Amino acid sequence: MLRYILIRILATIPVMVIVAAFVFLMLRLSPGDPASVIAGDYATAEDIARIREKLGLNEPILVQFVNWIGQLLRGDLGTSIFSNLPVTTLIGQRLEPTLLLTLTTILFTVIVAVPLGTLAAWKSGTLIDRFVMLFSVGGFSVPVFVLGYILIYVLAMTLKVLPVQGYRSPFEHGLGPFLWHMVLPTLTLSVIFIALIARMTRASVIEVLQEDYIRTARAKGQSEFTILLRHGLRNAAVPIVTVIGIGIALLIGGVVVTESVYNIPGLGRLVLDAVQSRDYPIIQGLILFFSFVYILINLLIDLSYPLFDPRIRY
Amino acid sequence: MTARDDIDAVEADSVTPIRDDPSALRLMMRNRGVFWGGMLLAVMVMIALFGPLLTGDPIALNPIKRLKPPSGELFFGSDFLGRDIFARVVYGARISLVVGLAVAAISVAIGLFIGMIAGYIRILDGIIMRVMDGLMAIPAILLAIALISLSGATLTTVIIAITIPEIPRVVRLVRSVVLTVRDEPYVEAAIAAGSRLPLILHRHILPNTIAPLIVQATYICGSAMLTESILGFLGAGIPPEIPSWGNIMSEGRTYFQISPWIIFFPGIALAMTVLAVNVMGDGLRDTLDPRVARKM
Amino acid sequence: MTASADPVLDIRGLTVRLPEGADRAHAIEDVSFSVNRGEIVCVVGESGSGKSVTAFTVMGLIPRRELTPVAGEIMLEGDDLLKQRPRRLRQLRGERMAMIFQEPMTALNPVMKAGEQIGEMLEIHTSLRGEARKERVIRAMDEVGLPDPASMYDAYPHQLSGGQRQRIMIAMALSLEPALLIADEPTTALDVTTQARILDLMKDIQRRHGMGVMFITHDFGVVAEIADRVVVMQHGKVVEQGRAEDILQNPQHPYTRMLIGSVPGLVPPDRPLRGHGEPALSTIGLNKVYGSKGLFGTGRVVHAAKDVDLVVQRGETLGVVGESGSGKSTVARCIVRLVDPTDGEMTISGTDIARIGEGALRPHRRDIQIVFQDPYRSLNPRCTIGQSITEGPMNFGIGKAEATDRARELMRVVGLSPDALDRFPHQFSGGQRQRICIARALAMEPKVLIADEAVSALDVSVQAQVLDLLDDVREKFDLAMLFITHDLRVAAQICDRIMVMQHGVVVEQGRTRDIYMNPQHPYTEQLLLAAPGRDTTFLSAG
Repeated sequence: MLRYILIRILATIPVMVIVAAFVFLMLRLSPGDPASVIAGDYATAEDIARIREKLGLNEPILVQFVNWIGQLLRGDLGTSIFSNLPVTTLIGQRLEPTLLLTLTTILFTVIVAVPLGTLAAWKSGTLIDRFVMLFSVGGFSVPVFVLGYILIYVLAMTLKVLPVQGYRSPFEHGLGPFLWHMVLPTLTLSVIFIALIARMTRASVIEVLQEDYIRTARAKGQSEFTILLRHGLRNAAVPIVTVIGIGIALLIGGVVVTESVYNIPGLGRLVLDAVQSRDYPIIQGLILFFSFVYILINLLIDLSYPLFDPRIRY
Repeated sequence: MTARDDIDAVEADSVTPIRDDPSALRLMMRNRGVFWGGMLLAVMVMIALFGPLLTGDPIALNPIKRLKPPSGELFFGSDFLGRDIFARVVYGARISLVVGLAVAAISVAIGLFIGMIAGYIRILDGIIMRVMDGLMAIPAILLAIALISLSGATLTTVIIAITIPEIPRVVRLVRSVVLTVRDEPYVEAAIAAGSRLPLILHRHILPNTIAPLIVQATYICGSAMLTESILGFLGAGIPPEIPSWGNIMSEGRTYFQISPWIIFFPGIALAMTVLAVNVMGDGLRDTLDPRVARKM
Repeated sequence: MTASADPVLDIRGLTVRLPEGADRAHAIEDVSFSVNRGEIVCVVGESGSGKSVTAFTVMGLIPRRELTPVAGEIMLEGDDLLKQRPRRLRQLRGERMAMIFQEPMTALNPVMKAGEQIGEMLEIHTSLRGEARKERVIRAMDEVGLPDPASMYDAYPHQLSGGQRQRIMIAMALSLEPALLIADEPTTALDVTTQARILDLMKDIQRRHGMGVMFITHDFGVVAEIADRVVVMQHGKVVEQGRAEDILQNPQHPYTRMLIGSVPGLVPPDRPLRGHGEPALSTIGLNKVYGSKGLFGTGRVVHAAKDVDLVVQRGETLGVVGESGSGKSTVARCIVRLVDPTDGEMTISGTDIARIGEGALRPHRRDIQIVFQDPYRSLNPRCTIGQSITEGPMNFGIGKAEATDRARELMRVVGLSPDALDRFPHQFSGGQRQRICIARALAMEPKVLIADEAVSALDVSVQAQVLDLLDDVREKFDLAMLFITHDLRVAAQICDRIMVMQHGVVVEQGRTRDIYMNPQHPYTEQLLLAAPGRDTTFLSAG
């Protein structure tokens, strides 16, 4: 067991190194002078020289890479050009809304998508199933921000039951206002995620329901509903949990857009501001941050497999 | 967004080879998804090809008719510079379709090549797949944003920036097909018969990748169009002077509360196009792969 | 066991319709037979005979949308099963009828403890809870001969062997003392020694509990072992039924006669050795080790073949016999160089090909050809038969026209029409595909032909034909044949010499007749004793 955990943890190291190397090379191999790209359109020659010096771009590339890795190991994700603040500080300032939005979304998604997908699998081929699949394919097709604006238009502007935009921290304003402002962003961000998880749940459960041991359970005289939950869903857990992990990547993309639609001051806004002010180190730092978070979450999910399937064990 | 590819990534480990049937094409057209998705997509392609010849100028300013709601004259209303949204949306179809098709074609071509290498050359497999894992860990949108901000926003760089994050998913798919098929007895019989690697790849392995790749390509096409619009919406995509759907919607953000149609019409056009592609993809999947058809 | 006329199960005129577009209208048609209390009725037939559909219809486990019972009745102790409501049917399943299945590997839920899966039966149908239930389960596990049931209760299926899992299934099925037990090929997926023990257990338990057993099988050896009465099915219809001795010794229907006549005998024919000349192929100290030291030095290592020495001459057939995991297929794959041997020599035409590179190996590939087990995966579904057969010769510089002419000739040799070269594999049956694979191998003009369980996936009647064909082509082309099989009956008939393998080691080898008549190694003896129906002589055996 310990060996399994150790191997899994060690296996993430090369992936993290590859992410770091990729981000490193992206800047160095891009056409044009990276320093002037970073400095932006209105930078003077001195600015560019200063940035080149600051980023160590004058050193040999191997030295740069070693420095880069060392910097990352110390937890340094770079420094913003405009505010001159470390990217980690900026992330710290903006982390709360993004984290909470992601959590409410994952929670809401799992609560909705897993029963929905299981139901569709159980009633596979019926009208219920068709409806779930239609919702799913629709969820994949509507851009997140269009969906956000439709929800704002209907629920906030026309029916006026929910606030249009904004964010209330639960620590300053209390849980009520926080949830009140979270409803629309969570709904918006969940749709594509629900489409993904419901689809995967349905597919996995349908596959499991064709296994021989389902037939064995029927031969015992077990009721269809208990078969669905005890033998069906439980055996489908590993692929479902896996796709939740992979879906995190999707969620990160969606967060950026959702936050900008609802004017939530989180990491997504940080990305957008960085794009507008051409503050490349922030974008770079956020890529690293999100990638590492993604890798860690998927590591945790890998480590949880033995809980769902006793065959996965070392 | 890349949700559909993620499903494939999970399922990729259990892909079965697909049976070739002489009547596959007929079966395909009989599938409702393929038929209606294909029809809708065909309409969109026609609009993209010939539409701009029939509408007004998508970039002509008309300061008198700013932010006008939809009417008999301006079907989709006008934006804050008085430009005809209808003309802009029709023109935007070109951008979306070009981006979708180009990203699908390029990522499938590159992914096929790398995936075959990974699946057949054991020494390279580990390295290639670790690199692909690393690439997949980077959020696609952020990766595209970074690539574009480094190399400047043009149609080409946007296409490249959207293509790169799609490649690992194709690689994983192709590799898993190769790994499944290379252990088939008929491939072993070919090895025993002294067939060289190029013949084995070409005759026995490559044909098995075609059907899943066609399906994958449609999903990539759909998600590429969505990503392009998101980049445009965030102001990190194709230069704002080109009327892509993302750009039209980006410009409409400020005026959303007074002129929501600026966002809704291109949004609907985009959703319809992506839906057509996705529905077609589902239909193809049902007809091309009977095993998955049961599942999905 | 004498059967009293007390039917537990009485099937009358049962007809089950197939969905439209199937190759025939009914899966089973007008099937009538009964199973009495205290007797074992074997339902025998080849694939497609409808024997499994019959069993699943009784249990109510067929998908009603695809398979619809349209006529007849199924009386279980007086209740017509076709007329019961789903709720009542669920109650009957488990309480009054139970079923065990062919694949013990997949019939148990992988994420549930073995004991809990038996306990589920009690949970559904009884009010037993907690410790009382667990105690009952452990008693049931004890009865089916599972060692240390108390600790095995907590085992997951993947920690058990195939035989143990099948015992769990039997314990589960019997836990409520049903009146009817349906067994669908319960020993087919098991090794022969395990099969013998499970058959003994079933006989024993049936005798003790006195239930009626409906036993589905394709194997007349098994029938001879356990049946009181036999029902023979073909194309969805019952062609003959009667007492086991009568059917086995004096079958009336031509189909039954053909089936029984196709069963290879266990007594090897007395004939001189047919091998001659220099060895066509020999191995010395062949070893294959799978897996390597892991990252932390404790990786699992499997020694699949250990110091295997073998010699095959032209004109003879050497049998390699063993159960699953014995390493017999590993030896075959090493010789064809589909896997690289870890150590040892492999000599063909005077060259050691064990470790040479792919380039140097290539000319020798022609000399060794192989026919695989699974006829459905051995031919590329996208290539015509012609393409498949000519691929090899064309690799060695033979022109397309010449290769095609040769392919046409070989199609005749294997008993197929030369016109079939333009067709695709899916247009052929399993037996025909195996013939095509033999033709493909012969097209290379090999010296050595390896048949790796080449007839194991085939129905017994087809099996006999393909075996004859293999023997014919060995004779005609003066081949050295290496015949890998788990089936002692098949080996007895076709092999001149036999090599018995266990856990990667050759435990015994010699003339087939000597080994069968006078086995030296205890494992060989055990294998021969386990062969089902060894005391019965079938019609044309020998």
